[in-house]
Amino acid sequence: MPQLEVNDIHTSYGLSQVLFGITLDVEEGEIVSLVGRNGVGKTTTMRSIMGLTKPSQGSVKFEGKEIAGLAAHQISKLGIGFVPEERRIFPDLTVWENLDIARRPAPAGREAWDEERVYTLFPDLKEIPDRPGGVLSGGQQQMLTIARSLMGNPRLLLLDEPSEGLAPKVVENVRDQVKLLKESGLTIILAEQNLGFILYLSDKVHILEKGEVKWSGTGAALKADKSIVEQYLTV
Amino acid sequence: MLDLIREFSPGLAILLTNPQFAFIQLLNSISQGMNLFIIAAGLSLIFGVLKVINFAHGVFYMFGAYVVHTVFMDWGAPFWVGAIASALALGVIAAIIERTLFRQIYEAEHLMQLLLTFAIVLIMGDLAKVIWGTEQYSVSYPASLKGATDLGITFYPSYRLMLCIIGPLILIALYWFAERTRWGRMTKAATQDREMLAALGINVPLIYTSVFILGSALAGFGGALAAPFSSPVPGMDATLIVECFVIVIVGGLGSLWGTFVGALLYGLVFNFGSVIYPNGQDVFAYLLLLVVLLIRPWGLYGKPEAGGH
Ligand SMILES: Nc1ncnc2c1ncn2[C@@H]1O[C@H](COP(=O)(O)OP(=O)(O)O)[C@@H](O)[C@H]1O
Ligand SMILES: [Mg+2]
Repeated sequence: MPQLEVNDIHTSYGLSQVLFGITLDVEEGEIVSLVGRNGVGKTTTMRSIMGLTKPSQGSVKFEGKEIAGLAAHQISKLGIGFVPEERRIFPDLTVWENLDIARRPAPAGREAWDEERVYTLFPDLKEIPDRPGGVLSGGQQQMLTIARSLMGNPRLLLLDEPSEGLAPKVVENVRDQVKLLKESGLTIILAEQNLGFILYLSDKVHILEKGEVKWSGTGAALKADKSIVEQYLTV
Repeated sequence: MLDLIREFSPGLAILLTNPQFAFIQLLNSISQGMNLFIIAAGLSLIFGVLKVINFAHGVFYMFGAYVVHTVFMDWGAPFWVGAIASALALGVIAAIIERTLFRQIYEAEHLMQLLLTFAIVLIMGDLAKVIWGTEQYSVSYPASLKGATDLGITFYPSYRLMLCIIGPLILIALYWFAERTRWGRMTKAATQDREMLAALGINVPLIYTSVFILGSALAGFGGALAAPFSSPVPGMDATLIVECFVIVIVGGLGSLWGTFVGALLYGLVFNFGSVIYPNGQDVFAYLLLLVVLLIRPWGLYGKPEAGGH
């Protein structure tokens, strides 16, 4: 059984419909990428899974349990973490406080995330625990927002455009850190536009356009077929 | 020179020549300011987190005064038991109101929120008349604080002295809660990005309910503390809510420290104003409001964008 089964979800913001029947399965331990240009519905797909924007139709099952319609905090508690595109660090809380408020015990049998382990993955944060979230650099914010989600010990992480707006060197850092997360057993859904990032990490790729999945395949298949990249990704 | 001053304001002349009198006025200002701070802090806290201006805060205060009368005067329990009962009673009422009514209006426009809280004022005002009638009650001072305390230069009523102490204690407690506890930090985060907080697994509606309970309990507690000199009576909420608004607007909506300073300023302006110019005590409070609004429209310690959605 897949860890996450998204089946034919339709989602709207008010009167404007954005998703027109997205279906995807995610196996435990995989990195599955949602790929496509700006505005195709990557973020909305994640928001629908997370319960932040509720799908008007369709089903979302996490570990066999229907979660569409639950409140976001309930979905989070079931084991799904969300790392938003805009990072959304709490500006008036310090780095450590941002981590601390997200703290939740790990499910039995898993190595728990706490500050120490988070600082091992993101050594930069260890230097600045008392700095207010509002004054961090883009790279520090990106690391903190991932670290913050990890403190809740999720089993599935929704990672929305982690490379956006970061310097190439920092992008490489983040990429390697995401790889380490996968190796620790975490399942990841990744929304990205950076092709290098996608190809380096993805087990499976779904290409979205206008709120629909237009192409699905393995990372290797995407790499092999230049025409797909040209059709759906280059501007 | 002094004659000239005496001509203009006899009260001011006494203030300048009689340090003991001036000192008593100062303590009056502080004790009144601190009583108001306890109540206004609740209003400000609720606005800071829920972004709702609760006009019903005044009737919560009035209920607090009535409850202490019932528990302390009618049932014969100790005064402090009555004051705690007031806080608890308003906490329960707040929980019910938040869960059933407020929850519907967080996303609504300000006018809707205003109408709802105003409806609560009318309903609870009438409810108070049904329960307690329309007579004015007198509430005694607690036995241990009936007398006056010798402060060296003057004696001063012990009860009012207690108010001067309990206000700063509540400031410290609220500050400690906001800055030093995980709950306080979650509350702060809820004012910044409630959706993100929910996505981190935190039950934001529960935070809202808790904050509303705490803020309203402060109104009830403040009402109980005021009861010995305010003497519970229908309509007592109307003046109080205006005073609270002046304080939180002067201090900056949502700022705890601002509310504290605003309450002190209000006490000073009100007491010294009525000594200097006995016919115009209200004018001075509005003047304070006007001056602050002209210089800093967002209040002394508020943030410029506070208050908007
Ligand atoms: N809060 C919103 N209200 C209305 N429309 C929105 C909102 N957020 C996104 N949209 C629209 O939904 C579409 C999909 O957006 P999004 O899911 O953010 O795409 P992506 O993440 O792939 O860039 C876009 O056309 C966007 O303009
Ligand atoms: Mg997006």
